[in-house]
Amino acid sequence: MIKETAAALGAKIAAGEITSVQATQAHLDRISEVDGRVHAFLHVDPEGALRAAAAIDARIANGEQLGPLAGVPIAVKDVIATKGMPTTAGSKILEGWRPPYDATLTTRLREAGLVILGKTNMDEFAMGSSTEYSAYGPTYNPWDLTRIPGGSGGGSAAALAAYEAPLSIGTDTGGSIRQPGAVTGTVGAKPTYGGTSRYGLIAFSSSLDTPGPCARTVEDTALLHSVIAGHDPMDSTSIPQPVPDVVGAARRGAAGDLSGVRIGLVREFTGEGAEPGVMSVFRDAVESLTKLGAEIVEISCPHFLYALPAYYLIAPSECSSNLARFDGVRFGLRVGDDGSRSLEEVMSVTREAGFGPEVKRRIIVGTYALSSGYYDAYYGQAQKVRTLITRDFTAAFEQVDVIVSPTTPFVAFPLGSRTSDPYQMYLADLYTIPTNLYGGPAISVPCGLSEGLPVGLQIMAPTMADDRMYRVGAAVESVVGTLTPPAL
Amino acid sequence: MLSFDDVVARFEPVIGLETHVELGTRTKMFCGCPTMFGAEPNTQICPVCLGLPGSLPVANRAAIEATIRIGLALNCTIATWCRFARKNYFYPDMPKNFQISQYDEPLCVDGYLDVEVDGVTHRIGIERVHLEEDTGKTLHVGGATGRIHGATESLVDYNRAGIPLVEIVTKPVPGTGALAPAVAKAYVTELRDVIRTLGVSDVRMEQGSLRCDVNTSLNRPGGDWGTRTETKNVNSLRSVERAVRSEMIRQGNVLETGGTIIQETRHFHEDTGDTTPGRSKETATDYRYFPEPDLVPLAPDAEWVASLKAALPELPRVHRQRLQQDWGLSDLDMQSILNAGAVELIEQTVAAGASPEAARKWWLGELSRRANESGVELASIGATPAQVAQLQALVDAGKLTDKLARQVLEGVLAGEGDPAAIMAARGLEVVSDTGALTSAIDEAIAAHPDVAEKIRGGNHAAAGVLIGAVMKATRGQADAKTVRELVLQRLS
Repeated sequence: MIKETAAALGAKIAAGEITSVQATQAHLDRISEVDGRVHAFLHVDPEGALRAAAAIDARIANGEQLGPLAGVPIAVKDVIATKGMPTTAGSKILEGWRPPYDATLTTRLREAGLVILGKTNMDEFAMGSSTEYSAYGPTYNPWDLTRIPGGSGGGSAAALAAYEAPLSIGTDTGGSIRQPGAVTGTVGAKPTYGGTSRYGLIAFSSSLDTPGPCARTVEDTALLHSVIAGHDPMDSTSIPQPVPDVVGAARRGAAGDLSGVRIGLVREFTGEGAEPGVMSVFRDAVESLTKLGAEIVEISCPHFLYALPAYYLIAPSECSSNLARFDGVRFGLRVGDDGSRSLEEVMSVTREAGFGPEVKRRIIVGTYALSSGYYDAYYGQAQKVRTLITRDFTAAFEQVDVIVSPTTPFVAFPLGSRTSDPYQMYLADLYTIPTNLYGGPAISVPCGLSEGLPVGLQIMAPTMADDRMYRVGAAVESVVGTLTPPAL
Repeated sequence: MLSFDDVVARFEPVIGLETHVELGTRTKMFCGCPTMFGAEPNTQICPVCLGLPGSLPVANRAAIEATIRIGLALNCTIATWCRFARKNYFYPDMPKNFQISQYDEPLCVDGYLDVEVDGVTHRIGIERVHLEEDTGKTLHVGGATGRIHGATESLVDYNRAGIPLVEIVTKPVPGTGALAPAVAKAYVTELRDVIRTLGVSDVRMEQGSLRCDVNTSLNRPGGDWGTRTETKNVNSLRSVERAVRSEMIRQGNVLETGGTIIQETRHFHEDTGDTTPGRSKETATDYRYFPEPDLVPLAPDAEWVASLKAALPELPRVHRQRLQQDWGLSDLDMQSILNAGAVELIEQTVAAGASPEAARKWWLGELSRRANESGVELASIGATPAQVAQLQALVDAGKLTDKLARQVLEGVLAGEGDPAAIMAARGLEVVSDTGALTSAIDEAIAAHPDVAEKIRGGNHAAAGVLIGAVMKATRGQADAKTVRELVLQRLS
């Protein structure tokens, strides 16, 4: 049962062939069996999950018509607020914090009848590309337990690859859904910024953070996308427009016909710095798209080369402000409050003890970049680059329907191999970051193996044209198929 | 030691005012929490105004509308596109450790407010009007001073956190000389009246819904403007005047003795009327302002702004001109009413039935005198316009003499109730029962036969003795004029 797609599970539950309780129990059993080695979860909630599953079963037995994913289990990244369930964002500073409210996304999952199994591991506050910066220890890639599962959403991706959950929720600020998807051989989509609500998502970088769906198939990803997307009055940046028909697009794409579709290849993404194996699998995937009728067009996006430095000013700047609220006053960790220290000192030692090295690095960089006298040279300049990158995308989408690239320059790397050099770690997001700065949607779908490890193909689309990437993604899947990791 | 007069003889002041107004919106600036004043601590809070992880702000349209209306009333240009900004600093009453405010893109810019001091109009330039959220309130417990030093516990009430706050900043105001304190007070008064007229805030300084910081600097005539200080904790109209005055005297003495003024924040003390240094700007926080990424830009459309402008109520200055005409007052009379802060009080008293003349007499006479004696604002003296109107109605009906009315007023100010009730309770009503008066007159005539004889002989001036006796017998509660008429009638 654990290898079924979410669509199939949902259909069987709706048809009464299996119960949600059975599906949920099967996944809880799998978690008990393998998560000691994978460590995809920070918190598992068997009682809550089984109670929710039983409630769905009762409603189905009552003859209620529920959505296609009703009764299907799901894992949620630990950066999304879940009422009464621990939500740590992978940080010691939030250890034991149980939000008194649900994120909009959590509410939508519950309303659609999805069963929340628990919360998945992540780099602290979603800052990282390997999940090694989780304060609670790393997650291991089910393809090779000595390698990283990507990040920051390594837990959400590894849970899928290890068959601990058929669906999961991630968040993508610079590639945190797509890069883990790529290196675990799963599918991860970053919707249009503003297409999914951020209310209840613990902010890293407000202008970039985008929650999105993760699954093992493109159709499952689209089904989950349509559950969580749509306007939310609680999020001022949420787009008040109808959600594109992503499920329909995925089903159309699965037929394998891309005739009339123009696909852009970015000239500036030369493959320099990327592993040859990754580039070779990528080129084969592009070749197969032409066989499905797509037209390949080379486009120029000259400012993509500046995306990484611009991102590493904007995201830390916003994070330095967003993370200021973690001061030990109202919630979470408090250190040193023994009467010997002033309030400011308590705040200071709490933050010193509660934040890990990558978070501190970014807070320091961001604080510096926003300081008076430096603002124009750093934050201001980065915002200009952001505008130029947006223009590159806008111009490109006049020539093509979607743009493709490898999702990440390299396959899953061994644990510990990039933590000593932050820049090497940052390179993992070289291809994913431009989309975040632009705000458009992008998806990573498996497109083959290099040295036995999964490679992802990234498909980028214009804002609010999320359906396009699902169509092309499903077409790729129809050729490549889903990738099956070795047995754990 | 230079006196105020010495200081203004040697220096020219430049003042500037930053005023914060809590808007009276039903809900907070960025969430749906209620904004009732005086609720139990931490009962009007939610994930958003507590800054819980994951929560997001959504701007309150009513607050934006109120700010635009204030901007329009102050003759400002309304931005067609602007953004909120984050002001970053750590403090426990700041739930997010940043305040959502506006920085280089305020909602309203470049306006003015005309204020009058002694019949002369001063045009105060308005630099900007912007919208932000209020902070929580910290209470330090266990120390002797109520300040953070020495306190054993600090309590925070977040009910106020997130209440919409409008900041109104003037341009520097030079050239007011010795009138600087009066101009500052007149500006805050006029601003308060404008905002009250708009109905967007109750603008009560004592409850903190109107708060004022006063910037002051001095320069030698013809010289460059001096270094300014910012005086906070100025919590009444009277204090605005006192704070400017006190800071001018202090700075003048520093400069005169060769010292320099440090750019700093100073605190005003109501009790002493002095200012003491607060935080120095040299150690001030770098607020690291940047555009608030959680909120979409504000772009009020021109039609909306035009409709708000068209719907502005009659503003106080225009209103006053109309009242002056209706009441038939000279400029000087109107000015004295304005100086006493009595326009609205008189207007309401007239609305409650008194004649303008009588209303003016009460508020500028007896009530002003008593307010001065006890050092309170006229408006908070403890008598309402309705009570004053009732008092006058009793006089007009002949039930109270002026003298008795003043005794009744005493009761009103002592909180004994409405004039009619006090008159009854204290037994102050004029004795108008002719029977009772007649017997008192008969007794007086019997007691003073010689005087009665004189009156009969045509010496009407002698009636005073008999009138005095009657007044004494009625404990002053008879109308002397009536008594005189009755006495003369009896002896003619």
